[in-house]
Amino acid sequence: MSIISLRKSKISITPYLFILPHLIFFAVFIGYPFFSGLYISFFQYDYLRPEATLFVGLQNYIDLFKTGSVKFIEFWNSIKVTLTFVIYSVPFLVLIPLGLAILLNTKIVGNKFFRAIYFAPWVLSCAVISLIWWWIFQSQGGLLNYYLKLLGFDTPRWLSTMPYAMITIVVATIWWTMGYNMVIFLAALQDIPNDLYEAAEIDGANSWQRFTHITIPMLQPVLIFIIIITIIASFNLLGQPLMMTRGAPAQPTGGGATEPVMLRIFTEGFVRPFQGSAAAMSVIVAIIMMVFSYTNFRIFRQRD
Amino acid sequence: MTVIKPKRQFISYRGQKWIKKILIYFSLSVVSLIVVIPLIWMLSTSFKLKSQLFTKEIYWIPKVVTLENYTKILDNPSTPIGLWFRNSLFVAVITTAAKLVIDSLAGYAYARMKFPGRNKIFNLLLVTLFLPGVMFLVPNFVTVSKLGMLNNFNGVIFPALASVFGVFFMRQFFNSIPKELEEAAEMDGANRLQIFIKIALPLAKPALATLAVIEFLASWNDFLWALLVLKDRAVQTLQPGLRTLQGAYTSEYGLMMAGAVIVAVPVLLLYIFLQRFIVQSVATTGLKG
Repeated sequence: MSIISLRKSKISITPYLFILPHLIFFAVFIGYPFFSGLYISFFQYDYLRPEATLFVGLQNYIDLFKTGSVKFIEFWNSIKVTLTFVIYSVPFLVLIPLGLAILLNTKIVGNKFFRAIYFAPWVLSCAVISLIWWWIFQSQGGLLNYYLKLLGFDTPRWLSTMPYAMITIVVATIWWTMGYNMVIFLAALQDIPNDLYEAAEIDGANSWQRFTHITIPMLQPVLIFIIIITIIASFNLLGQPLMMTRGAPAQPTGGGATEPVMLRIFTEGFVRPFQGSAAAMSVIVAIIMMVFSYTNFRIFRQRD
Repeated sequence: MTVIKPKRQFISYRGQKWIKKILIYFSLSVVSLIVVIPLIWMLSTSFKLKSQLFTKEIYWIPKVVTLENYTKILDNPSTPIGLWFRNSLFVAVITTAAKLVIDSLAGYAYARMKFPGRNKIFNLLLVTLFLPGVMFLVPNFVTVSKLGMLNNFNGVIFPALASVFGVFFMRQFFNSIPKELEEAAEMDGANRLQIFIKIALPLAKPALATLAVIEFLASWNDFLWALLVLKDRAVQTLQPGLRTLQGAYTSEYGLMMAGAVIVAVPVLLLYIFLQRFIVQSVATTGLKG
Protein backbone atom coordinates (compact mmCIF):
# COMPACT_ATOMS: atom_id res chain seq x y z
CA MET A 1 0.00 0.00 0.00
CA SER A 2 1.32 3.38 -0.83
CA ILE A 3 1.59 5.97 1.86
CA ILE A 4 -0.51 8.45 -0.04
CA SER A 5 -3.51 6.17 -0.07
CA LEU A 6 -3.17 5.48 3.66
CA ARG A 7 -4.10 9.08 4.30
CA LYS A 8 -7.70 8.50 3.34
CA SER A 9 -8.46 7.54 6.93
CA LYS A 10 -9.13 11.17 7.78
CA ILE A 11 -11.19 13.26 5.41
CA SER A 12 -9.20 16.26 4.35
CA ILE A 13 -10.52 19.40 2.73
CA THR A 14 -7.40 19.78 0.56
CA PRO A 15 -8.57 17.65 -2.42
CA TYR A 16 -11.75 19.66 -2.67
CA LEU A 17 -9.76 22.87 -2.76
CA PHE A 18 -7.75 21.43 -5.65
CA ILE A 19 -10.82 20.62 -7.75
CA LEU A 20 -12.92 23.61 -6.68
CA PRO A 21 -11.68 26.26 -9.17
CA HIS A 22 -12.53 24.04 -12.13
CA LEU A 23 -15.73 22.77 -10.57
CA ILE A 24 -17.09 26.31 -10.14
CA PHE A 25 -16.71 27.12 -13.84
CA PHE A 26 -17.97 23.64 -14.74
CA ALA A 27 -21.09 24.10 -12.63
CA VAL A 28 -21.90 27.52 -14.09
CA PHE A 29 -21.14 26.87 -17.77
CA ILE A 30 -21.73 23.13 -18.27
CA GLY A 31 -23.82 21.83 -15.36
CA TYR A 32 -26.34 24.66 -15.08
CA PRO A 33 -26.95 25.24 -18.83
CA PHE A 34 -27.68 21.52 -19.25
CA PHE A 35 -30.93 22.23 -17.42
CA SER A 36 -31.47 25.91 -18.16
CA GLY A 37 -31.29 25.27 -21.91
CA LEU A 38 -34.29 22.96 -21.58
CA TYR A 39 -36.00 25.52 -19.34
CA ILE A 40 -35.51 28.41 -21.77
CA SER A 41 -36.96 26.30 -24.58
CA PHE A 42 -40.37 26.52 -22.87
CA PHE A 43 -40.39 30.30 -23.04
CA GLN A 44 -40.67 33.04 -25.56
CA TYR A 45 -37.40 34.71 -24.64
CA ASP A 46 -35.33 37.63 -25.89
CA TYR A 47 -32.22 38.50 -23.90
CA LEU A 48 -32.56 42.16 -24.85
CA ARG A 49 -36.10 42.32 -23.41
CA PRO A 50 -36.09 39.92 -20.45
CA GLU A 51 -39.21 41.67 -19.04
CA ALA A 52 -41.22 40.38 -22.04
CA THR A 53 -40.46 36.74 -21.25
CA LEU A 54 -43.53 34.55 -21.72
CA PHE A 55 -44.12 30.94 -20.77
CA VAL A 56 -45.33 29.13 -23.89
CA GLY A 57 -45.06 25.49 -22.81
CA LEU A 58 -44.31 23.20 -25.71
CA GLN A 59 -45.17 25.82 -28.33
CA ASN A 60 -41.54 26.24 -29.52
CA TYR A 61 -41.41 22.50 -30.19
CA ILE A 62 -44.87 22.34 -31.73
CA ASP A 63 -43.82 25.08 -34.18
CA LEU A 64 -40.92 22.92 -35.32
CA PHE A 65 -43.17 19.92 -35.95
CA LYS A 66 -46.16 21.71 -37.47
CA THR A 67 -45.98 20.76 -41.15
CA GLY A 68 -46.08 23.73 -43.47
CA SER A 69 -45.24 26.46 -40.95
CA VAL A 70 -42.31 28.75 -41.80
CA LYS A 71 -40.31 27.56 -38.79
CA PHE A 72 -40.93 23.95 -39.69
CA ILE A 73 -39.73 24.43 -43.28
CA GLU A 74 -36.68 26.48 -42.29
CA PHE A 75 -35.62 24.11 -39.52
CA TRP A 76 -36.00 20.83 -41.37
CA ASN A 77 -34.46 22.35 -44.48
CA SER A 78 -31.40 23.18 -42.36
CA ILE A 79 -31.29 19.61 -41.04
CA LYS A 80 -31.44 18.37 -44.63
CA VAL A 81 -28.62 20.75 -45.62
CA THR A 82 -26.53 19.48 -42.72
CA LEU A 83 -27.06 15.87 -43.76
CA THR A 84 -26.28 16.74 -47.37
CA PHE A 85 -23.03 18.32 -46.22
CA VAL A 86 -22.22 15.20 -44.20
CA ILE A 87 -22.86 12.95 -47.21
CA TYR A 88 -20.79 15.15 -49.53
CA SER A 89 -17.86 15.79 -47.22
CA VAL A 90 -17.32 12.77 -44.97
CA PRO A 91 -16.31 10.25 -47.68
CA PHE A 92 -13.64 12.65 -48.96
CA LEU A 93 -12.54 13.51 -45.43
CA VAL A 94 -11.96 9.82 -44.79
CA LEU A 95 -10.59 8.59 -48.12
CA ILE A 96 -8.24 11.47 -48.99
CA PRO A 97 -6.53 11.49 -45.57
CA LEU A 98 -6.34 7.68 -45.64
CA GLY A 99 -4.69 7.76 -49.07
CA LEU A 100 -2.24 10.45 -48.02
CA ALA A 101 -1.40 8.59 -44.82
CA ILE A 102 -0.68 5.42 -46.79
CA LEU A 103 1.59 7.31 -49.19
CA LEU A 104 3.41 8.98 -46.31
CA ASN A 105 3.80 5.71 -44.45
CA THR A 106 6.22 4.45 -47.10
CA LYS A 107 9.83 5.04 -46.21
CA ILE A 108 10.46 7.89 -48.60
CA VAL A 109 12.70 10.88 -48.11
CA GLY A 110 10.75 13.96 -47.09
CA ASN A 111 7.63 12.31 -45.70
CA LYS A 112 7.86 14.45 -42.53
CA PHE A 113 8.00 17.53 -44.73
CA PHE A 114 4.86 16.56 -46.66
CA ARG A 115 3.08 15.68 -43.44
CA ALA A 116 3.89 19.13 -42.08
CA ILE A 117 2.49 20.83 -45.18
CA TYR A 118 -0.74 18.83 -45.28
CA PHE A 119 -1.47 19.48 -41.64
CA ALA A 120 -0.75 23.23 -41.79
CA PRO A 121 -4.25 24.50 -42.76
CA TRP A 122 -5.69 22.85 -39.64
CA VAL A 123 -4.00 25.42 -37.37
CA LEU A 124 -5.82 28.27 -39.15
CA SER A 125 -9.18 29.51 -37.94
CA CYS A 126 -12.41 28.92 -39.81
CA ALA A 127 -12.73 32.68 -40.38
CA VAL A 128 -9.36 32.77 -42.16
CA ILE A 129 -9.96 29.75 -44.36
CA SER A 130 -13.50 30.88 -45.21
CA LEU A 131 -12.22 34.28 -46.27
CA ILE A 132 -9.48 32.77 -48.45
CA TRP A 133 -11.81 30.37 -50.24
CA TRP A 134 -14.55 32.98 -50.52
CA TRP A 135 -12.06 35.10 -52.49
CA ILE A 136 -10.87 32.17 -54.63
CA PHE A 137 -14.46 31.28 -55.60
CA GLN A 138 -15.52 34.83 -56.44
CA SER A 139 -17.01 35.29 -59.92
CA GLN A 140 -15.26 38.63 -60.34
CA GLY A 141 -11.47 38.35 -59.98
CA GLY A 142 -11.65 34.89 -58.41
CA LEU A 143 -8.67 32.62 -58.96
CA LEU A 144 -10.64 29.50 -59.87
CA ASN A 145 -12.81 31.02 -62.57
CA TYR A 146 -9.77 32.76 -64.05
CA TYR A 147 -8.07 29.43 -64.69
CA LEU A 148 -11.29 27.66 -65.69
CA LYS A 149 -11.83 30.34 -68.33
CA LEU A 150 -8.22 30.08 -69.44
CA LEU A 151 -8.68 26.34 -69.98
CA GLY A 152 -11.97 26.88 -71.79
CA PHE A 153 -14.34 25.56 -69.11
CA ASP A 154 -17.63 26.99 -67.88
CA THR A 155 -17.31 29.57 -65.14
CA PRO A 156 -20.24 29.06 -62.77
CA ARG A 157 -21.28 31.53 -60.09
CA TRP A 158 -19.80 29.32 -57.41
CA LEU A 159 -21.03 31.00 -54.26
CA SER A 160 -24.61 31.70 -55.21
CA THR A 161 -25.90 28.82 -57.32
CA MET A 162 -26.46 25.15 -56.57
CA PRO A 163 -24.87 22.69 -56.41
CA TYR A 164 -21.76 24.86 -56.62
CA ALA A 165 -22.35 26.75 -53.35
CA MET A 166 -22.39 23.46 -51.44
CA ILE A 167 -19.28 22.33 -53.31
CA THR A 168 -17.38 25.47 -52.25
CA ILE A 169 -18.11 24.73 -48.60
CA VAL A 170 -17.13 21.08 -48.98
CA VAL A 171 -13.87 21.98 -50.77
CA ALA A 172 -12.90 24.59 -48.17
CA THR A 173 -13.65 22.13 -45.37
CA ILE A 174 -11.64 19.29 -46.93
CA TRP A 175 -8.69 21.62 -47.50
CA TRP A 176 -8.91 22.83 -43.92
CA THR A 177 -9.30 19.57 -41.97
CA MET A 178 -7.92 16.69 -44.06
CA GLY A 179 -4.51 17.01 -42.38
CA TYR A 180 -6.04 16.27 -39.01
CA ASN A 181 -7.58 12.95 -40.07
CA MET A 182 -4.39 12.11 -41.95
CA VAL A 183 -2.23 12.52 -38.84
CA ILE A 184 -4.46 10.14 -36.89
CA PHE A 185 -4.45 7.56 -39.71
CA LEU A 186 -0.69 7.88 -39.97
CA ALA A 187 -0.22 7.23 -36.26
CA ALA A 188 -2.43 4.15 -36.56
CA LEU A 189 -0.58 2.87 -39.63
CA GLN A 190 2.73 3.21 -37.84
CA ASP A 191 1.35 1.08 -35.00
CA ILE A 192 0.74 -1.91 -37.29
CA PRO A 193 3.60 -4.33 -36.58
CA ASN A 194 5.91 -4.75 -39.52
CA ASP A 195 6.26 -8.52 -39.10
CA LEU A 196 2.67 -8.92 -40.28
CA TYR A 197 3.63 -7.50 -43.66
CA GLU A 198 6.87 -9.46 -43.77
CA ALA A 199 5.05 -12.71 -43.03
CA ALA A 200 2.49 -11.97 -45.73
CA GLU A 201 5.23 -11.14 -48.21
CA ILE A 202 6.92 -14.46 -47.53
CA ASP A 203 3.57 -16.15 -48.14
CA GLY A 204 3.51 -14.47 -51.54
CA ALA A 205 0.85 -11.79 -50.93
CA ASN A 206 1.10 -8.82 -53.31
CA SER A 207 0.81 -5.25 -52.14
CA TRP A 208 -2.96 -5.06 -52.82
CA GLN A 209 -3.57 -8.27 -50.86
CA ARG A 210 -1.44 -6.97 -48.01
CA PHE A 211 -3.49 -3.77 -48.03
CA THR A 212 -6.89 -5.48 -47.95
CA HIS A 213 -5.92 -8.29 -45.59
CA ILE A 214 -3.66 -6.49 -43.13
CA THR A 215 -3.92 -2.71 -43.36
CA ILE A 216 -7.71 -2.36 -43.57
CA PRO A 217 -8.57 -4.84 -40.77
CA MET A 218 -5.87 -3.39 -38.51
CA LEU A 219 -7.13 0.13 -39.19
CA GLN A 220 -10.78 -0.65 -38.59
CA PRO A 221 -11.12 0.80 -35.06
CA VAL A 222 -9.41 4.04 -36.12
CA LEU A 223 -11.46 4.14 -39.30
CA ILE A 224 -14.68 4.02 -37.29
CA PHE A 225 -13.35 6.60 -34.83
CA ILE A 226 -12.47 8.99 -37.67
CA ILE A 227 -15.85 8.53 -39.35
CA ILE A 228 -17.69 9.28 -36.12
CA ILE A 229 -15.71 12.38 -35.14
CA THR A 230 -15.84 13.70 -38.71
CA ILE A 231 -19.62 13.38 -38.82
CA ILE A 232 -19.96 15.04 -35.42
CA ALA A 233 -17.67 17.87 -36.54
CA SER A 234 -19.73 18.22 -39.73
CA PHE A 235 -22.86 18.75 -37.65
CA ASN A 236 -21.17 21.83 -36.19
CA LEU A 237 -20.66 23.44 -39.59
CA LEU A 238 -21.25 27.19 -39.25
CA GLY A 239 -18.37 29.55 -40.07
CA GLN A 240 -17.85 28.51 -43.70
CA PRO A 241 -21.46 29.05 -44.87
CA LEU A 242 -21.77 32.14 -42.65
CA MET A 243 -18.79 33.81 -44.34
CA MET A 244 -18.78 32.26 -47.81
CA THR A 245 -22.38 31.80 -48.96
CA ARG A 246 -24.50 33.30 -46.14
CA GLY A 247 -26.76 30.28 -46.59
CA ALA A 248 -27.54 31.26 -50.20
CA PRO A 249 -29.09 30.49 -52.61
CA ALA A 250 -32.60 30.71 -51.16
CA GLN A 251 -34.71 27.61 -51.69
CA PRO A 252 -38.01 28.06 -53.51
CA THR A 253 -39.68 26.16 -50.65
CA GLY A 254 -38.02 28.27 -47.90
CA GLY A 255 -34.67 28.26 -46.11
CA GLY A 256 -31.24 28.49 -47.70
CA ALA A 257 -29.63 25.76 -49.78
CA THR A 258 -26.37 26.07 -47.82
CA GLU A 259 -27.86 26.96 -44.46
CA PRO A 260 -26.95 24.14 -42.04
CA VAL A 261 -28.69 23.74 -38.72
CA MET A 262 -26.06 25.62 -36.68
CA LEU A 263 -26.50 28.65 -38.93
CA ARG A 264 -30.28 28.34 -38.52
CA ILE A 265 -29.93 28.31 -34.72
CA PHE A 266 -27.50 31.24 -34.93
CA THR A 267 -29.97 33.25 -37.03
CA GLU A 268 -32.99 32.31 -34.92
CA GLY A 269 -31.40 33.07 -31.55
CA PHE A 270 -28.81 35.73 -32.21
CA VAL A 271 -29.89 37.64 -35.33
CA ARG A 272 -33.63 37.35 -34.70
CA PRO A 273 -34.82 37.71 -31.10
CA PHE A 274 -36.13 34.16 -30.63
CA GLN A 275 -33.84 32.55 -28.08
CA GLY A 276 -36.54 30.27 -26.72
CA SER A 277 -37.15 28.82 -30.15
CA ALA A 278 -33.38 28.57 -30.79
CA ALA A 279 -33.04 26.67 -27.50
CA ALA A 280 -35.76 24.24 -28.61
CA MET A 281 -33.92 23.67 -31.91
CA SER A 282 -30.70 23.08 -29.99
CA VAL A 283 -32.39 20.46 -27.83
CA ILE A 284 -33.63 18.58 -30.90
CA VAL A 285 -30.25 18.76 -32.63
CA ALA A 286 -28.48 17.64 -29.45
CA ILE A 287 -30.83 14.65 -29.19
CA ILE A 288 -30.22 13.71 -32.84
CA MET A 289 -26.45 13.97 -32.29
CA MET A 290 -26.53 11.95 -29.07
CA VAL A 291 -28.68 9.20 -30.60
CA PHE A 292 -26.20 9.09 -33.44
CA SER A 293 -23.15 8.98 -31.14
CA TYR A 294 -24.75 6.34 -28.97
CA THR A 295 -25.68 4.13 -31.92
CA ASN A 296 -22.14 4.38 -33.21
CA PHE A 297 -20.77 3.67 -29.78
CA ARG A 298 -22.87 0.50 -29.60
CA ILE A 299 -21.78 -0.67 -33.04
CA PHE A 300 -18.22 0.12 -32.07
CA ARG A 301 -18.45 -1.89 -28.87
CA GLN A 302 -20.05 -4.88 -30.61
CA ARG A 303 -17.26 -5.13 -33.13
CA ASP A 304 -14.60 -5.06 -30.45
CA MET B 1 -1.58 1.76 -54.23
CA THR B 2 0.12 0.62 -57.34
CA VAL B 3 -0.44 -2.97 -58.26
CA ILE B 4 2.29 -4.48 -60.32
CA LYS B 5 1.49 -7.86 -61.71
CA PRO B 6 4.53 -9.95 -62.40
CA LYS B 7 3.11 -11.54 -65.58
CA ARG B 8 5.31 -9.94 -68.17
CA GLN B 9 8.33 -8.11 -66.99
CA PHE B 10 9.10 -5.37 -69.50
CA ILE B 11 10.79 -3.31 -66.84
CA SER B 12 13.29 -4.58 -64.33
CA TYR B 13 12.39 -4.78 -60.63
CA ARG B 14 14.59 -1.77 -59.92
CA GLY B 15 12.90 0.16 -62.68
CA GLN B 16 9.49 -0.64 -61.24
CA LYS B 17 10.62 0.64 -57.87
CA TRP B 18 11.70 3.89 -59.49
CA ILE B 19 8.39 4.32 -61.30
CA LYS B 20 6.52 3.70 -58.08
CA LYS B 21 8.68 6.27 -56.31
CA ILE B 22 8.16 8.87 -59.00
CA LEU B 23 4.39 8.31 -58.90
CA ILE B 24 4.34 8.72 -55.12
CA TYR B 25 6.38 11.92 -55.23
CA PHE B 26 4.24 13.25 -58.04
CA SER B 27 0.97 12.75 -56.13
CA LEU B 28 2.45 14.11 -52.90
CA SER B 29 3.66 17.22 -54.74
CA VAL B 30 0.31 17.83 -56.43
CA VAL B 31 -1.48 17.71 -53.06
CA SER B 32 1.17 20.00 -51.56
CA LEU B 33 0.51 22.53 -54.30
CA ILE B 34 -3.23 22.39 -53.64
CA VAL B 35 -2.57 23.01 -49.96
CA VAL B 36 -0.09 25.83 -50.46
CA ILE B 37 -1.63 27.75 -53.39
CA PRO B 38 -4.53 29.32 -51.43
CA LEU B 39 -2.06 30.55 -48.82
CA ILE B 40 0.23 32.09 -51.44
CA TRP B 41 -2.79 33.62 -53.15
CA MET B 42 -3.86 35.19 -49.83
CA LEU B 43 -0.37 36.62 -49.35
CA SER B 44 -0.12 37.83 -52.94
CA THR B 45 -3.54 39.52 -52.87
CA SER B 46 -2.74 41.28 -49.60
CA PHE B 47 0.08 43.20 -51.32
CA LYS B 48 -2.01 44.29 -54.32
CA LEU B 49 -3.86 47.52 -54.95
CA LYS B 50 -7.55 47.19 -55.76
CA SER B 51 -6.84 48.16 -59.37
CA GLN B 52 -4.60 45.09 -59.71
CA LEU B 53 -7.26 42.63 -58.57
CA PHE B 54 -9.57 42.50 -61.55
CA THR B 55 -7.09 42.58 -64.40
CA LYS B 56 -7.39 40.42 -67.50
CA GLU B 57 -4.31 38.48 -66.52
CA ILE B 58 -3.50 37.26 -63.04
CA TYR B 59 -0.12 38.16 -61.54
CA TRP B 60 1.08 35.96 -58.72
CA ILE B 61 3.77 38.47 -57.88
CA PRO B 62 2.14 41.91 -57.69
CA LYS B 63 3.38 44.36 -60.31
CA VAL B 64 3.45 47.03 -57.64
CA VAL B 65 3.94 45.72 -54.12
CA THR B 66 1.96 47.87 -51.74
CA LEU B 67 1.61 47.87 -47.97
CA GLU B 68 -1.43 50.12 -48.25
CA ASN B 69 -3.87 47.32 -47.36
CA TYR B 70 -2.06 46.72 -44.10
CA THR B 71 -1.69 50.36 -43.07
CA LYS B 72 -5.30 51.05 -44.04
CA ILE B 73 -6.81 48.42 -41.72
CA LEU B 74 -4.33 48.71 -38.86
CA ASP B 75 -5.35 52.22 -37.78
CA ASN B 76 -8.85 52.34 -39.21
CA PRO B 77 -11.41 53.12 -36.48
CA SER B 78 -14.10 51.00 -38.18
CA THR B 79 -11.82 47.95 -38.52
CA PRO B 80 -9.10 48.35 -35.86
CA ILE B 81 -7.12 45.18 -36.61
CA GLY B 82 -4.23 46.28 -34.38
CA LEU B 83 -6.56 46.60 -31.41
CA TRP B 84 -8.26 43.29 -32.23
CA PHE B 85 -4.87 41.64 -32.36
CA ARG B 86 -4.09 42.81 -28.83
CA ASN B 87 -7.54 41.68 -27.67
CA SER B 88 -7.02 38.20 -29.16
CA LEU B 89 -3.59 37.90 -27.63
CA PHE B 90 -4.90 38.99 -24.22
CA VAL B 91 -7.82 36.55 -24.27
CA ALA B 92 -5.73 33.62 -25.55
CA VAL B 93 -2.86 34.15 -23.07
CA ILE B 94 -5.13 34.61 -20.04
CA THR B 95 -7.37 31.67 -21.00
CA THR B 96 -4.38 29.38 -21.54
CA ALA B 97 -2.63 30.42 -18.34
CA ALA B 98 -5.78 30.07 -16.24
CA LYS B 99 -6.52 26.67 -17.75
CA LEU B 100 -3.04 25.37 -17.02
CA VAL B 101 -3.43 26.30 -13.34
CA ILE B 102 -7.03 25.16 -12.87
CA ASP B 103 -6.79 21.97 -14.92
CA SER B 104 -3.49 20.77 -13.47
CA LEU B 105 -4.76 21.31 -9.93
CA ALA B 106 -7.96 19.40 -10.63
CA GLY B 107 -6.25 16.74 -12.75
CA TYR B 108 -3.74 16.13 -9.97
CA ALA B 109 -6.46 15.75 -7.36
CA TYR B 110 -8.45 13.27 -9.48
CA ALA B 111 -5.31 11.27 -10.21
CA ARG B 112 -3.52 11.27 -6.87
CA MET B 113 -5.83 12.08 -4.00
CA LYS B 114 -8.49 9.91 -2.46
CA PHE B 115 -11.58 11.68 -1.24
CA PRO B 116 -15.25 10.83 -0.86
CA GLY B 117 -17.15 11.44 -4.11
CA ARG B 118 -14.03 11.51 -6.26
CA ASN B 119 -15.11 8.89 -8.79
CA LYS B 120 -18.68 10.15 -8.89
CA ILE B 121 -17.61 13.71 -9.64
CA PHE B 122 -15.03 12.62 -12.18
CA ASN B 123 -17.46 10.34 -14.01
CA LEU B 124 -19.93 13.20 -14.16
CA LEU B 125 -17.25 15.35 -15.81
CA LEU B 126 -16.45 12.58 -18.28
CA VAL B 127 -20.07 12.11 -19.35
CA THR B 128 -20.32 15.77 -20.33
CA LEU B 129 -17.46 15.26 -22.80
CA PHE B 130 -20.00 13.47 -24.98
CA LEU B 131 -22.62 16.22 -24.89
CA PRO B 132 -22.91 18.23 -28.11
CA GLY B 133 -21.73 21.82 -27.71
CA VAL B 134 -24.85 23.18 -29.42
CA MET B 135 -26.98 22.64 -26.31
CA PHE B 136 -24.87 25.10 -24.31
CA LEU B 137 -25.01 27.92 -26.84
CA VAL B 138 -28.25 29.68 -25.93
CA PRO B 139 -28.25 29.04 -22.16
CA ASN B 140 -24.62 30.12 -21.74
CA PHE B 141 -25.30 33.23 -23.76
CA VAL B 142 -28.20 34.02 -21.44
CA THR B 143 -26.00 33.38 -18.39
CA VAL B 144 -23.22 35.57 -19.72
CA SER B 145 -25.64 38.39 -20.51
CA LYS B 146 -27.26 38.10 -17.06
CA LEU B 147 -23.83 38.29 -15.43
CA GLY B 148 -23.19 41.48 -17.40
CA MET B 149 -20.32 39.89 -19.30
CA LEU B 150 -21.44 40.68 -22.85
CA ASN B 151 -18.80 42.78 -24.61
CA ASN B 152 -16.46 41.83 -21.79
CA PHE B 153 -13.45 39.51 -22.07
CA ASN B 154 -14.66 37.56 -19.03
CA GLY B 155 -17.59 36.47 -21.18
CA VAL B 156 -15.26 34.43 -23.40
CA ILE B 157 -12.61 33.48 -20.82
CA PHE B 158 -14.88 32.10 -18.06
CA PRO B 159 -16.96 29.67 -20.17
CA ALA B 160 -13.75 28.33 -21.71
CA LEU B 161 -12.47 27.42 -18.24
CA ALA B 162 -15.39 25.03 -17.72
CA SER B 163 -14.13 22.61 -20.35
CA VAL B 164 -13.34 19.11 -19.10
CA PHE B 165 -10.74 18.17 -21.69
CA GLY B 166 -7.76 19.73 -19.86
CA VAL B 167 -8.69 18.15 -16.53
CA PHE B 168 -9.01 14.77 -18.18
CA PHE B 169 -5.73 15.24 -20.04
CA MET B 170 -3.77 16.26 -16.93
CA ARG B 171 -5.27 13.44 -14.89
CA GLN B 172 -4.17 10.93 -17.52
CA PHE B 173 -0.68 12.36 -17.36
CA PHE B 174 -0.40 12.32 -13.55
CA ASN B 175 -1.68 8.74 -13.55
CA SER B 176 1.16 7.78 -15.87
CA ILE B 177 4.07 8.99 -13.72
CA PRO B 178 5.52 6.98 -10.79
CA LYS B 179 4.41 7.87 -7.29
CA GLU B 180 7.72 7.27 -5.49
CA LEU B 181 9.05 10.83 -5.58
CA GLU B 182 5.83 12.24 -4.19
CA GLU B 183 5.76 9.59 -1.46
CA ALA B 184 9.33 10.41 -0.48
CA ALA B 185 8.46 14.09 -0.23
CA GLU B 186 5.47 13.25 1.92
CA MET B 187 7.71 11.26 4.26
CA ASP B 188 9.85 14.37 4.53
CA GLY B 189 6.82 16.23 5.78
CA ALA B 190 5.83 18.20 2.69
CA ASN B 191 2.13 19.06 2.37
CA ARG B 192 0.01 18.32 -0.72
CA LEU B 193 0.38 21.76 -2.24
CA GLN B 194 4.16 21.68 -1.82
CA ILE B 195 4.34 18.21 -3.34
CA PHE B 196 2.17 19.36 -6.23
CA ILE B 197 4.20 22.49 -6.95
CA LYS B 198 7.72 21.21 -6.25
CA ILE B 199 7.52 17.64 -7.53
CA ALA B 200 4.48 16.89 -9.69
CA LEU B 201 4.38 20.09 -11.75
CA PRO B 202 8.05 20.02 -12.84
CA LEU B 203 7.52 16.44 -14.02
CA ALA B 204 4.43 17.57 -15.92
CA LYS B 205 6.24 20.13 -18.09
CA PRO B 206 5.76 18.19 -21.36
CA ALA B 207 2.05 17.65 -20.68
CA LEU B 208 1.61 21.29 -19.69
CA ALA B 209 3.33 22.39 -22.89
CA THR B 210 1.04 20.20 -25.00
CA LEU B 211 -2.04 21.50 -23.21
CA ALA B 212 -0.81 25.10 -23.56
CA VAL B 213 -0.38 24.79 -27.32
CA ILE B 214 -3.77 23.12 -27.81
CA GLU B 215 -5.59 25.62 -25.63
CA PHE B 216 -3.82 28.64 -27.11
CA LEU B 217 -4.75 27.55 -30.64
CA ALA B 218 -8.34 26.85 -29.58
CA SER B 219 -8.69 30.23 -27.90
CA TRP B 220 -6.96 32.21 -30.67
CA ASN B 221 -9.12 30.51 -33.33
CA ASP B 222 -12.42 30.66 -31.46
CA PHE B 223 -14.98 32.12 -33.83
CA LEU B 224 -18.60 31.47 -32.88
CA TRP B 225 -18.56 32.25 -29.16
CA ALA B 226 -16.42 35.38 -29.60
CA LEU B 227 -18.77 36.45 -32.39
CA LEU B 228 -21.76 36.19 -30.05
CA VAL B 229 -20.27 37.71 -26.91
CA LEU B 230 -17.88 40.39 -28.20
CA LYS B 231 -20.01 42.58 -30.46
CA ASP B 232 -18.57 46.04 -29.86
CA ARG B 233 -15.71 46.83 -32.18
CA ALA B 234 -13.55 47.98 -29.28
CA VAL B 235 -13.62 44.56 -27.59
CA GLN B 236 -13.72 42.30 -30.64
CA THR B 237 -11.08 39.66 -31.20
CA LEU B 238 -9.52 38.86 -34.56
CA GLN B 239 -11.82 36.02 -35.66
CA PRO B 240 -15.16 37.87 -35.45
CA GLY B 241 -13.14 40.92 -36.50
CA LEU B 242 -12.49 39.25 -39.85
CA ARG B 243 -16.24 39.00 -40.37
CA THR B 244 -16.61 42.69 -39.49
CA LEU B 245 -13.84 43.41 -42.00
CA GLN B 246 -15.65 41.37 -44.65
CA GLY B 247 -18.86 43.31 -44.05
CA ALA B 248 -17.20 46.74 -43.91
CA TYR B 249 -15.86 46.78 -47.46
CA THR B 250 -17.15 45.59 -50.82
CA SER B 251 -14.76 43.85 -53.21
CA GLU B 252 -11.72 45.23 -51.34
CA TYR B 253 -10.19 41.76 -51.35
CA GLY B 254 -6.69 43.17 -50.80
CA LEU B 255 -7.79 44.60 -47.46
CA MET B 256 -9.52 41.38 -46.45
CA MET B 257 -6.55 39.22 -47.37
CA ALA B 258 -4.27 41.57 -45.42
CA GLY B 259 -6.58 40.96 -42.46
CA ALA B 260 -6.45 37.19 -43.03
CA VAL B 261 -2.64 37.32 -43.18
CA ILE B 262 -2.46 39.19 -39.87
CA VAL B 263 -4.69 36.55 -38.24
CA ALA B 264 -2.94 33.57 -39.86
CA VAL B 265 0.71 34.53 -39.43
CA PRO B 266 0.99 34.11 -35.63
CA VAL B 267 -0.41 30.57 -35.71
CA LEU B 268 1.56 29.66 -38.82
CA LEU B 269 4.77 30.87 -37.16
CA LEU B 270 3.89 28.90 -34.04
CA TYR B 271 3.29 25.92 -36.30
CA ILE B 272 6.58 26.28 -38.17
CA PHE B 273 8.57 26.33 -34.93
CA LEU B 274 6.58 23.69 -33.07
CA GLN B 275 5.43 21.64 -36.05
CA ARG B 276 6.46 18.20 -34.88
CA PHE B 277 5.24 18.94 -31.38
CA ILE B 278 1.82 20.20 -32.51
CA VAL B 279 1.24 17.29 -34.90
CA GLN B 280 2.20 14.82 -32.18
CA SER B 281 -0.08 16.42 -29.58
CA VAL B 282 -2.97 16.21 -31.99
CA ALA B 283 -2.23 12.61 -32.94
CA THR B 284 -2.03 11.51 -29.31
CA THR B 285 -4.94 13.46 -27.87
CA GLY B 286 -7.25 12.76 -30.80
CA LEU B 287 -9.02 16.03 -30.20
CA LYS B 288 -11.41 17.41 -32.75
CA GLY B 289 -12.65 21.01 -32.96
